[in-house]
Parts: sequence; C-alpha cells; structure tokens
Amino acid sequence: MKKKIVSILLMAAIAAGTLSGCGGQSGAQTGGTADTQSGSDAQGGNDAQAGETAAADEGKVINIYCWNNEFRERVELVYPEVVETSSDGTVTTLKDGTEIHWVVNPNQDGVYQQKLDEALINQANAAADDKVDIFLSETDYVNKYTDAAADVAIPLTDLGIDPDTDLADQYAFTKVTASDENGVQRGSTWQCCPGLLVYRRDIAQDVFGTDDPETIGEKVKDWDTIKATAAELKAKGYYTFASYADTFRLYGNSIDAPWVAPGETTIKVDQKIMNWVSDSKEWLDAGYLDSTVKGQWNSDWNQAMGSASKVFAFLFPAWGIDFTLKPNWDGGDGAWAVTNPPQEYNWGGSYVHACTGTDNPQHVKDIILAVTADKDNLLKISKEKTDFTNTQSSMREAATDDANFSSEFLGGQNAFKYFAPVAENIKMAPLSAYDQGCVELIQNSFSDYFQGMVDFDKAKTNFETAIKERYPEITEIQWPE
Amino acid sequence: MKQKRKSISYSKWGYIFILPFFVCFFIFSFIPLVDTVRYSFFEYYRSGLKDIGPNFVGLENYGSLIKSDMIKYAGNTLVLWIIGFIPQIVIALLLAAWFVDARLKIHGVQFFKVVIYLPNLIMASAFAMLFFTMFSTNGPINSILISRGLIDSQIDFMGSVFGTRSLVGLMNFLMWFGNTTIMLMAAIMGISPDIFEASEIDGCSSVRRFFYITLPLIRPILAYTLITSIIGGLQMFDVPQILTNGQGNPDRTSMTLIMFLNSHLKSNNYGMAGALSVYLFLVSGFLCFLVYRMTNNEDMDSSKAAAKKAKGRRK
Repeated sequence: MKKKIVSILLMAAIAAGTLSGCGGQSGAQTGGTADTQSGSDAQGGNDAQAGETAAADEGKVINIYCWNNEFRERVELVYPEVVETSSDGTVTTLKDGTEIHWVVNPNQDGVYQQKLDEALINQANAAADDKVDIFLSETDYVNKYTDAAADVAIPLTDLGIDPDTDLADQYAFTKVTASDENGVQRGSTWQCCPGLLVYRRDIAQDVFGTDDPETIGEKVKDWDTIKATAAELKAKGYYTFASYADTFRLYGNSIDAPWVAPGETTIKVDQKIMNWVSDSKEWLDAGYLDSTVKGQWNSDWNQAMGSASKVFAFLFPAWGIDFTLKPNWDGGDGAWAVTNPPQEYNWGGSYVHACTGTDNPQHVKDIILAVTADKDNLLKISKEKTDFTNTQSSMREAATDDANFSSEFLGGQNAFKYFAPVAENIKMAPLSAYDQGCVELIQNSFSDYFQGMVDFDKAKTNFETAIKERYPEITEIQWPE
Repeated sequence: MKQKRKSISYSKWGYIFILPFFVCFFIFSFIPLVDTVRYSFFEYYRSGLKDIGPNFVGLENYGSLIKSDMIKYAGNTLVLWIIGFIPQIVIALLLAAWFVDARLKIHGVQFFKVVIYLPNLIMASAFAMLFFTMFSTNGPINSILISRGLIDSQIDFMGSVFGTRSLVGLMNFLMWFGNTTIMLMAAIMGISPDIFEASEIDGCSSVRRFFYITLPLIRPILAYTLITSIIGGLQMFDVPQILTNGQGNPDRTSMTLIMFLNSHLKSNNYGMAGALSVYLFLVSGFLCFLVYRMTNNEDMDSSKAAAKKAKGRRK
C-alpha cells in the first residue's frame, strides 16, 4: 500500500514536471490578465476623476507592437498622460490607470513582421486586453499594412483625425506613403528621413584643403560631379563611400514604378536599379569604394566609420548619424560634417498605425496626435532626440535656429539647414508590399557580381531564384532592356 | 493464493510511467509530423497578410522542388559535411587511440577530454558569429596576418567559395571532434585488454595494432558515428546560416538544404517546406534503417569475425 502511494506521488510529480513546461505560458498569461482586470476594477474611480468620458469604457491595456524602444521614448517624452515606465521597459502606466504594454520584437530577418502578422490574424478572436491597439511599420513594408483589402490599419478619419487639418503641417510624401491605394491615410509618422552626405572633415582638409560644407556640397552636388571628386579622393588614397550598398537608397527610392504593380505577380526591375548596378560596378572597379566592405550592417561597414578608415563619406538620414555613425566613431566630436547629397532621397521612417479592432480608440487617437501632429511636441523630439520631425513649418524654423539645433558631433553645424531642403524635394518612390525582399535580395544577388564571383546573367538568375523563394506568388521577373 | 500472486502485473506501472512521454510526443511531434506530410500536397502560403490556400495540388510541390536547385543544395550540404567530417574522424581516432593507450600514459587525459569537448558546449550560432567577426576582411585574423608580414593584402575569406566552405568545415570539425573522440574512446576501452596484451607479447607494433585490432573491433561504433554524423550533416543549418547571413554566399554555394527550407518558411510556404521535409525525412529514414541494421545484426558478427581474424593472424 505504501509503495502504491509513493509511486502515485512520484508519477504525479513526473507528470506535473513534464506538463509544466507546456502549461507555463498560458498559465502566466491568465495570471497576467487576472492582474490587469483586478487592477482595472480598483482604478475605476480614477477614471471619473480624469473626466475622460469617452475613454471610460475603454480597455485597460494598450498593446503596442514595435521593434525597439524608439517609439516608447518618444511617447514618454511628449505624451502628457504618461506617469512612469517599469524598469524593464515593458509596461508604461498612464494617469488614468491604463497600461501600455510594449511588445518588442527585432526587425531583423522579418521576426517583427512574423510576430505582428500572427497577432493581426488572431486579432478578431483575441481577448479585449490582448488585442493589438497600435503597431508600427517601416517604409520598406508599410505598404503591406496599409493595404485597403487587408484592412488592418484603421483609416485616420475613422479615428477622428482629419489628415487635411490635423496633419496639414506634415511633409506630403509621408502622408502618401502611409496611405492605401485609394488615397486613404492609414498611418502617421513623427519623423521624416531626408538623407544627407556626412563626410570626414580631416579627409576633406587633406584632399580639398577645406572642410567647408558649402564648398564640399558643390563637389558632390550631382552624380557627374561626385564622380570627378571621387577620382580626386582616390588619388590621395581615400574611398568616397564604404560600400556599394551605401548608394542604393538614392537610386532605389527614386524608382518610377513600384517593384510589383498592384494586383500583379510580376516584378519589374526598374532601370534606376540597373543604373545602380552598373554605376556600383564601375565605382568599385575604379577603386572609389572600399572593396573589403560588403554591404551594410556588418562589422566591416561599422569599422569603416572609425578613425582608422579611409572612407570619406556616408549617406545617412538623421537617425543614421545618431544611431549608426556616432556609436562607431572612435574619435572626438566635431570630426564629421554634413552637406547636400548628390540626389535627394529618403531612407527609413517609422509609421504609427491604429490597429483594426482596438478597444482603446480614444487613447490611440490621443497618442497618434501627441506624437505625430503636435508641433510643440515634435519640436521637443527634434531637440532632445535629434530626429528630423514631420512638421514643415518648425523644421524650416530649425534650419535657421543655429543656437538651439547645432550639433556637437558635427562640430557645431546645424544639420537641419541641410535636411529641410532635401525633405521638401523628396519624391517618394511608389511602394509595393514586396519592397523589403526586393531591396534586400537584389543587393545580395549583385554583391557576388560586384566582387567578380559570378557574371551579370548569373546574378540576375540568382535574384530570380531568391525572390521566388521569398514570395511564392511571384511568377515572373522582368528586367529593363 | 499462489496463482493470484502470479496474476499481479507491475507492467502497467511501466506503461503509466512512460505515458507522459507518449502523450507529449503525440501532441507536439506526431500531429505536426502528419500535418507536414499532409500540407506537402497543398499549395499553402502567405502573401502579405492573406493566406493562400490550402489548395490541393497533388505532387506539384515535389515536382517543382526537383526542378529547383534542391539537388545543388543537397550537393552543397554533402560537400560541407565531408570537409568537416574527414578531419573530425581522423583526429578523433588518433586522439582516442592515444588517450586510451596504456603504454603512452598521457597525463591529464581527463583535462584534455574536457577541453576538446568544450567547443561543443558553445551555441553553434554564437560560434559562427565569432568566426564571422574574426575572419571578416577587416577582422583580427587578417590584421594579425598582415602585421606578421605573412600576407600583403587582406584575404577575403568569406568572399570565395573555398574560404566560406572551409570555414564552415572548420567550425563543424572543431565543434564535433571532441564528442566523437569521447565516443570512440569508450568504444576502444570496451575492447578486452587481453587482446592488446596478447598482441604486445607477440611483438605487434602500435601501428599494426591500431589497424588490425582497434579499428576492426570498433567498426560498429564507427559506423554509428558515421551515420549519426550524416544525419546531423543533413540538418546542417545554424553555422552556414549565420556565417553567410542566411544567403549561402557566394553564389549560393554554401546554401544547405535546411537553409533552403528556412527561406521557404519566410513566406510561411508550408506546402513547399513540407515537401522538402518529406524528402529529407525519406533520406534520414533510409540512413536510420542502415544504423538499425548495423547495430542489431552485424554488431556481434563483425566484431567476432574481426577477433577471429586477429587470432588467425597471431597463429
């Protein structure tokens, strides 16, 4: 009998042990929901005090999907309702007791989109407090989420935001980017990402005898001029840019037709992309680019931003200077300067969308307005976070306000002076849902061609193979003549 | 009374104890397995936010896989596996023979066993990341070689087919030779010391002893190592994936089968990925069958035959 009891106990222990792994997650989730529910009961009184009648019957959890803490920092900075954020950065509490839950997944390798897609597909069946309320998207794939047929992002007008009046000060191209094929705006952004040419002052001194941004700007004003300048740099043993991928956005973001036209399954490779291929090959063979740097976002590329490197310039928008160049630069401040790029371009940008099915429409509207439409807030973001923000009038002001907007990293230069005119001249390339894969894979496939590993036709075939693997519905790839 | 006692069976406890495993296996392995096979006959993927399918397409997925570069990727996988496996088995045999040899009396065998096993404890992706940084064109290996004056300009390790494949092979070798050494040591220690002593008394040289006694007697374990390594090699993924950023550069020459599978999963292409998995399943299944045959039937016979051979030679 004793034995039996002992064995039953043992068995139960083993069974519990085995199953605990499986049940862990759901257990924690139920626990979490129970907590928030009881929390919401307790804070029912606060609601009335806050006097937000519209928000009173809203859910108590706002779930925001994003890929880093960029958006959180901006919400904390300018959304007046924020009380505090937990030390691990996952929960932000608002004054009325509502909690913002940050669901962060890395952008790399499509992880963020995978997780977001799963959540969006399950949105209809999710419990009110588990529903996605706000999600972010990048320019490379914003089109996938603003699609009218998918209808995952609420049109701003349905939220009570009128793009024509509330967002009138935003740069027009950001509004077009965030709109679906019928022109209905389904997202909004606080930032605008005009790109500049960032160059090393010491190299400029050495080669051209001056580091004055106006003079250098003249030397890089268009592709023909910059090629002559590249030869001058080469003669002194310097590279103009680090990698062939550096110039891609200038060509790739100015294509005339989308990679894939709506409703079609044919990829049409734009002539501008082929220009990038032939120009890059020419530049690389001429020694204007550092042949040891292959693509971007790798250690060789990061090292090219260090003081030991021979690379003269990079092409970056505001976030690139702050998040990429600055951490990789090992010298003191004031070694870099910005000037106009050879061609106006836009690179990146995070769009904020209200998710269909949200149970917190009032809060969502307030957050979007606070972070992307309020001029004072945006100016504050520009000052504190050095973003080039999405408000035309104040960016024009910032361009002349050297006292408040000069950058120590750039040796006291006011970068906004150069950003603002670029931003106004950006012509945004028509987007498609396939942009991210196309951009990534075309750079990759032709990388072998640039290095002489494969011939031109093989690189084309490799692109076709890779893109069909990524997007099975693609039936044909058309190359320009 | 006696009869009643006999009818008491404790076997049910055995079944109850192993039940949790079978329940878990059924839910988490068997059902997905059956689903994978089922979906391999369907067109089923995600385009943007829309699911396409599942539409039954019969064997179309299998056909288009054969027509795609799958065979080439299988070749890549094989090449990558061979350049890792050959040095691995040679070094492991040598080390195992030395470590076990009573006459060499190597000190600190236990220490070396731990050291050679250590690389296996590092996560493969971390290991690949480390190599990626070390061997990048501006990385430490190139800097050291240049500062020593061994080379004039940087070597583009990851830019050439030879370089990339060698690096993958080197990493697989480093990660697995310790494991193989320990397994082979166990096998050699399982050989009766009488045989070694007898050969010694007869004046057998250590080289002959290795080839005529040790090798034939550990053949079953050697075969087992080979087969498990092939199956492991078929599933080679993390090292080349991280080293080449998932692209199998250059020119897709280090794209393995599982990397190919993974790139289908980026678009949730369950149909294609399922069909590829079934192909892999068939190949691994065949290899498992070989292992089964070797460990169950030939085990005793081959070792006995080898022992007889050795005895015969002694006469």
